[in-house]
Amino acid sequence: MAAGVAAWLPFARAAAIGWMPVANCPMPLAPADKNKRQDELIILNVSGRRFQTWRTTLERYPDTLLGSTEKEFFFNEDTKEYFFDRDPEVFRCVLNFYRTGKLHYPRYECISAYDDELAFYGILPEIIGDCCYEEYKDRKRENAERLMDDNDSENNQESMPSLSFRQTMWRAFENPHTSTLALVFYYVTGFFIAVSVITNVVETVPCGTVPGSKELPCGERYSVAFFCLDTACVMIFTVEYLLRLFAAPSRYRFIRSVMSIIDVVAIMPYYIGLVMTNNEDVSGAFVTLRVFRVFRIFKFSRHSQGLRILGYTLKSCASELGFLLFSLTMAIIIFATVMFYAEKGSSASKFTSIPASFWYTIVTMTTLGYGDMVPKTIAGKIFGSICSLSGVLVIALPVPVIVSNFSRIYHQNQRADKRRAQKKARLARIRVAKTGSSNAYLHSKRNGLLNEALELAGTPEEEHMGKTTSLIESQHHHLLHCLEKTTNHEFIDEQMFEQNCLESSMQNYPSTRSPSLSSHPGLTTTCCSRRSKKTTHLPNSNLPATRLRSMQELSTIHIQGSEQPSLTTSRSSLNLKADDGLRPNCKTSQITTAIISIPTPPALTPEGESRPPPASPGPNTNIPSIASNVVKVSAL
Amino acid sequence: MWAEGESEGLQTLGIVVVVCSSLKLLHYLGLIDLSDDKIEDELEMTMVCHRPEGLEQLEAQTNFTKRELQVLYRGFKNECPSGVVNEETFKQIYAQFFPHGDASTYAHYLFNAFDTTQTGSVKFEDFVTALSILLRGTVHEKLRWTFNLYDINKDGYINKEEMMDIVKAIYDMMGKYTYPVLKEDTPRQHVDVFFQKMDKNKDGIVTLDEFLESCQEDDNIVRSLQLFQNVM
Repeated sequence: MAAGVAAWLPFARAAAIGWMPVANCPMPLAPADKNKRQDELIILNVSGRRFQTWRTTLERYPDTLLGSTEKEFFFNEDTKEYFFDRDPEVFRCVLNFYRTGKLHYPRYECISAYDDELAFYGILPEIIGDCCYEEYKDRKRENAERLMDDNDSENNQESMPSLSFRQTMWRAFENPHTSTLALVFYYVTGFFIAVSVITNVVETVPCGTVPGSKELPCGERYSVAFFCLDTACVMIFTVEYLLRLFAAPSRYRFIRSVMSIIDVVAIMPYYIGLVMTNNEDVSGAFVTLRVFRVFRIFKFSRHSQGLRILGYTLKSCASELGFLLFSLTMAIIIFATVMFYAEKGSSASKFTSIPASFWYTIVTMTTLGYGDMVPKTIAGKIFGSICSLSGVLVIALPVPVIVSNFSRIYHQNQRADKRRAQKKARLARIRVAKTGSSNAYLHSKRNGLLNEALELAGTPEEEHMGKTTSLIESQHHHLLHCLEKTTNHEFIDEQMFEQNCLESSMQNYPSTRSPSLSSHPGLTTTCCSRRSKKTTHLPNSNLPATRLRSMQELSTIHIQGSEQPSLTTSRSSLNLKADDGLRPNCKTSQITTAIISIPTPPALTPEGESRPPPASPGPNTNIPSIASNVVKVSAL
Repeated sequence: MWAEGESEGLQTLGIVVVVCSSLKLLHYLGLIDLSDDKIEDELEMTMVCHRPEGLEQLEAQTNFTKRELQVLYRGFKNECPSGVVNEETFKQIYAQFFPHGDASTYAHYLFNAFDTTQTGSVKFEDFVTALSILLRGTVHEKLRWTFNLYDINKDGYINKEEMMDIVKAIYDMMGKYTYPVLKEDTPRQHVDVFFQKMDKNKDGIVTLDEFLESCQEDDNIVRSLQLFQNVM
């Protein structure tokens, strides 16, 4: 049952009144509340420490020890309390879980002791709240490593809902690790960015002399080669940009984003250069456009997480950087003015104007000290030394802020990655537990059928269920039963559903096989040979066209696994075209003609619901256990 | 004024400055987005705390006893400590009871039926009032509540589209794995049967009186309405 919302079951059942006028047939009776108790305080004595709580608080989670009838084993008649011989400290956390719905992990507790307690009380550790989960997981991992216990739990690949081509492309662009093609694309673009940047750099290197003229840079000597390289890179970048534009879920947002602007700025100079080569007047500016090719290096930020973090840090420290810049500017102007007037008197001084002094001030304040401009007067030297001392101070102040910002963001990023990696595993496991609850209803239905079958077969046993269902469970099942009655359809599990589908589509196939295969009364076979691609019209088919087509292309046989292997009868009677597909799968299973006993297919019986004939309770009861042995063999 | 050979460099500088400032300008204008998309602000959920009216008042207004109201409130408060349920929480809670299929559409209609004041949130009083009608009310009151549930746009009439939506929502809760297999037009057939029964004057809409009359004529419906009498 759903954890934590058992208290809302009365509301859900009351809301079922909304179905009543729509339903065409009468509703099943509600389960009676046999022992209707008023809500009472119960006392839980854990190793001497007494805890008290309402009974309904504990019943919130009926699939745990305290919420189910299992606690009756611990009931002490003399003292009228439940006694547990366990750790009271951990019990405090457990009881708080019932009260608040959140399970916390106390840091002082040993991890394996805590796990043992949770196992005793029947609580999944995955339910630990987000606040404590990270700590819990870290400790658990440490512990496992210490004990050299290598239990590697493989995560199954999440089966994504079928994505459109565009969505798969976008996902491939954003996370290159999803498919090999994406990874290849990622590396190819990275390679071309590197090539492009290196080309720009090497272009300017002097490349040996052509006899009769001065030394040329490589770019002019091998201009054709460089041009071709450049063209190739720009082609790749353009194609990449267009592909990303096509695949983006929101094109408007994509165009506005930083990365797309960088992409555009990286390839625009080339196209502008193509357009402008004929125009002599602006060819000067054309040269300066080449500077923009260096922007291609920023394209690496898609490939490097650290670069992105750095960029983000700088952006987030914009205020500190602004302060730094502002104070520097102020100091520069002040000192430049002072130095200019101080050195005005000296002859042949380099401080020709205040802007000229700016250079000296900047070089001095950042402690570079090139030495191309030096004060000669005494006043100039005094002010120069004050300038360099204050420079150190002004620059040193905002830097720690920026550094601490970067450190915080970087660690946050690391933690986020860790958490994301853990999240998938957690959710997968919680999902597995949840499907258990939805199967509970089907199991109880099957048990109900089993009961009926046994009664019909004449065995006078009452209460022959595996376990008595609690009141809440029976009420929940009654609710689901009402829904079934309202819609005139039943819940079944996935395997039965697929069998039914196969059944209903194949039962009208004309069989070319020997009659030994055909059904003997009451049971139907589900095997068929390869059909032609022509779609046959099945009057009673419930399936959409795609399913039909897939079944015609691939015929499957359900083979019931059992103990004794005997292949002789199978081969001859099945008369398959290709035996190869069968051979590896037939080794340990007996292929029988009576393959699956399914309740008679819907087309043959007019009434909506059909129950399996009571004459064959055997195969019915075996279905749950054999279900795992059913092997699907495709005969191609 | 400038020395020889400075012009090209200054041109470059000029172009860089122009480009950067135009990017900044576009960013301020909102045409481009220079900030990192990674950071999404968490929506701050304002904790609206609501305390219900006193126990005596609620007891007077509804058909529950004090004990029952206490039990109901404890369950309510546990799930919604702030005292109100919003639609998302409502859908999540309801979906837990129907793990096979998708209960969100039906939960949406239910929520609108519970939220009589159309505020977008259900307080404990609304919750308890509705439960009082559903569990302890007369047949007439229950049918009226159900009519209100089916009437999605609350105009006083149920037409075929509204009924289709409701029935489709109910079938959605069944999920995919059903026996017999759900066909595309099963809900439509169901709605046709329903309308045949309910629409007395065959004008394509069902009014409250037609609904009440038809339901009270059908013994099955009347009996099943009494089914959840002792849910508490």
